[in-house]
Amino acid sequence: MSRTGEFEPLTVPGESGAGEGQDVLEVAMGPHHPSTHGVFRMDVAVAGERIVRLKPVFGYLHRNHEKIAETGSYLAAMPYTDRLDYFCSLTNNWAYALAVERLTGLRPPERAEYIRVITAELTRLQNHACLVGFLAQDMGASGTPLMYAFREREKILDLFESLTGSRMMCNYMRFGGCRCDLPDGWLDQARQLVADFPRFLDEFERFLADNEILMARTQGIGVLPPELAINAGVTGPMLRASGVNYDLRKVDDYGIYHRFKFRVPLGDHGDVYDRYMIRVLEMRESVEILHQALRDIPAGPILDPKSKPRGFRPKPGEAYGRIEAPKGELGFYLISDGGSNPYRYRVRPPSLINLTVLEDMCLGQTLADVVVILGSVDIVLGEVDR
Amino acid sequence: MLGAGIIKGLAETARNFVGSYVVPERLITVPYPEQRLPAQENARNFPFLVYDGDDAAAGLRCVACQICEKECPPQCIYIVKDVVKKPDHTGKLQFQPKAFDIDLSVCMSCQICVEVCPFDAIKMDTEFELSTTDRFGGLLATKDQLSKPNTYYHQIHPGEARQVDEHLAAARARLEARTLSKPAGDAGSR
Amino acid sequence: MLSPETIKAQVESLVPGAELVVVPNGSTDNPGALLVRGEQAVAVARALREHPALRLDYASNVTGVDWPDQVLREKHRIKLIVEGEEREFEEERERRVPGYLEVVYHLYSMALGHGPVVLRLRTGNRNDQVSLPSLTPVWRSCELQEREVFDLFGVRFEGHPDLRRLLMWEDYQDHPMRKDYSDPDDYEYEPTAHDRVLARSRARQGEGAAS
Repeated sequence: MSRTGEFEPLTVPGESGAGEGQDVLEVAMGPHHPSTHGVFRMDVAVAGERIVRLKPVFGYLHRNHEKIAETGSYLAAMPYTDRLDYFCSLTNNWAYALAVERLTGLRPPERAEYIRVITAELTRLQNHACLVGFLAQDMGASGTPLMYAFREREKILDLFESLTGSRMMCNYMRFGGCRCDLPDGWLDQARQLVADFPRFLDEFERFLADNEILMARTQGIGVLPPELAINAGVTGPMLRASGVNYDLRKVDDYGIYHRFKFRVPLGDHGDVYDRYMIRVLEMRESVEILHQALRDIPAGPILDPKSKPRGFRPKPGEAYGRIEAPKGELGFYLISDGGSNPYRYRVRPPSLINLTVLEDMCLGQTLADVVVILGSVDIVLGEVDR
Repeated sequence: MLGAGIIKGLAETARNFVGSYVVPERLITVPYPEQRLPAQENARNFPFLVYDGDDAAAGLRCVACQICEKECPPQCIYIVKDVVKKPDHTGKLQFQPKAFDIDLSVCMSCQICVEVCPFDAIKMDTEFELSTTDRFGGLLATKDQLSKPNTYYHQIHPGEARQVDEHLAAARARLEARTLSKPAGDAGSR
Repeated sequence: MLSPETIKAQVESLVPGAELVVVPNGSTDNPGALLVRGEQAVAVARALREHPALRLDYASNVTGVDWPDQVLREKHRIKLIVEGEEREFEEERERRVPGYLEVVYHLYSMALGHGPVVLRLRTGNRNDQVSLPSLTPVWRSCELQEREVFDLFGVRFEGHPDLRRLLMWEDYQDHPMRKDYSDPDDYEYEPTAHDRVLARSRARQGEGAAS
């Protein structure tokens, strides 16, 4: 699966008029194209309507997050992680907290572990719901499915606000636990939301799953073979849509995921439709996890007593913490030299690495399919460019 | 039948459309300036400085230790320490900030200043209607603008403020017990 | 957990002439990394991927680390004969430790579900010997990440199919993630309450130039 050299311009098989002597037109999609989900550019070369080359161009939102984190204290990097994948700030917080906990040996108490699982799965619900909405919008269903998804997301964000104080930039996890305990009545609200959520999923499925236009636009489009997916480091729902059973919640068993019963949905075609369907199915599994976590959550402390907000200096060493974020494997690599700021701080962004195979999925497809394929990758530019 | 899926989907759209007029949970937005969502206890926007009593200058809890200035991730806090100690609201001599500015255009509302403050002097405000026509000076909050009474803190975060008050009262009681026992001990030895 | 010593033995038996060094880790997270010499890196990487007991088919994370030149001050005790008497003196000597750029690969196995195995490559120095072989032919997930390391640290990956800057623009000169990088002060600034950028710019360019 290794790739050698530049891509030669392809001649497109089976297309009348396409082939030798046909002009190749170069189109710059983005960085302000509404379908690119942010400031992202694709330099596309098309022969007729078919893609012969596609080069993603990054960096429009680059702010050197890693350098900023290396100049501040360990805690000061936490609010910046919110801004990586701004849809899923709580999972970003968790991944960073996990890396620091691996570095220092802090252990979150039982209750904090449950809160982490609950907030992470709520994050997954709202991320996947919105992704499906955005995907439908990329196919021309302007607004309606997205607004339904946003309506459900709104309820989850309300829960986040009453817990963390902020709707999107939560800054909630701490090294060895969480920042504050659940407010009174929060668990009941969450239980209510989780009980109501399957109704929305049913509605959404009736709304979209049988839609002929959706099927025509997604089935057989942007196929990603499993061997390439593994070799190219594709993770998350995209990898599982290609039929590879690799979910860090099962493999790495971080946090307390081994206590919950849930299944890992797998696709078998690896096309856009599978990627859409995997997200819908994962939402159902997240609801399952949430039911169990909200039932079992114990009382108790929420922060490791050894954790302290000021003067935090881990011993020299390095650690790599990774979690199954809604978009894929989110990893944080830290090197400590014993100082109060990380010597090296690195984010492994799933959105960026999943884009490695964008060209492979798009070659030979039409320009309109590129929009749908990109939508099915599920990127957030705050994380891609960091 | 081709198109059956689309018709099924459109039926769902119709149900949502009609439902948004009658079922409250299908219509969750509010017409903002006229109607507001209830305030959340934990909500946070920008920091403010708490003072005890009625006089902002005397009652300020901040002792200009500059920990928040150092820990602030985007470095939006700017403190000038006063050179002389002044009595605070309990009469104890303390340093006070001569200047305490927060650049709200830089602040990212992360609440880390609140967490690191050992004196419970800085807390998060919920005020968000801060638009101004001057985006530089208008978004620079000075000490006078930032100082707000403890009663205001109780109003926006009642539960949290009660805990902080209890905690501070306990600390003061411990301190008083120690200062009271000291002269007694001295008298005994004399 | 895979111990680096057994992996070292497995790889050295598979790749003739390969020499790996185990780099210990101070934290409890992983048991240590394997340091590979640049010219053997691709062969070692292939062996790690193909070895039936390892099957590290997934390169999760690729990143650079900058270790600048260091001047260590060390104290030595020396004995000198002063006025016929032997006396002990303390002398401070400076020792220069040359710096290097390091590329760290975190490898996992999706087939066997284990990991991580940490692989480290080091350049000769930080100025002119900054080439390392690219592992993109072995794991394509390195493609964008090696471009990022090239962009932000300045490591040249030989054999990379498309080595261009990833995040900074094409004609940008410096490498921002290096420890000795200082950010430019000639960009358009906006007056903020602190004006640190403005103050630094004035200091560096002289009062007249900045006004």
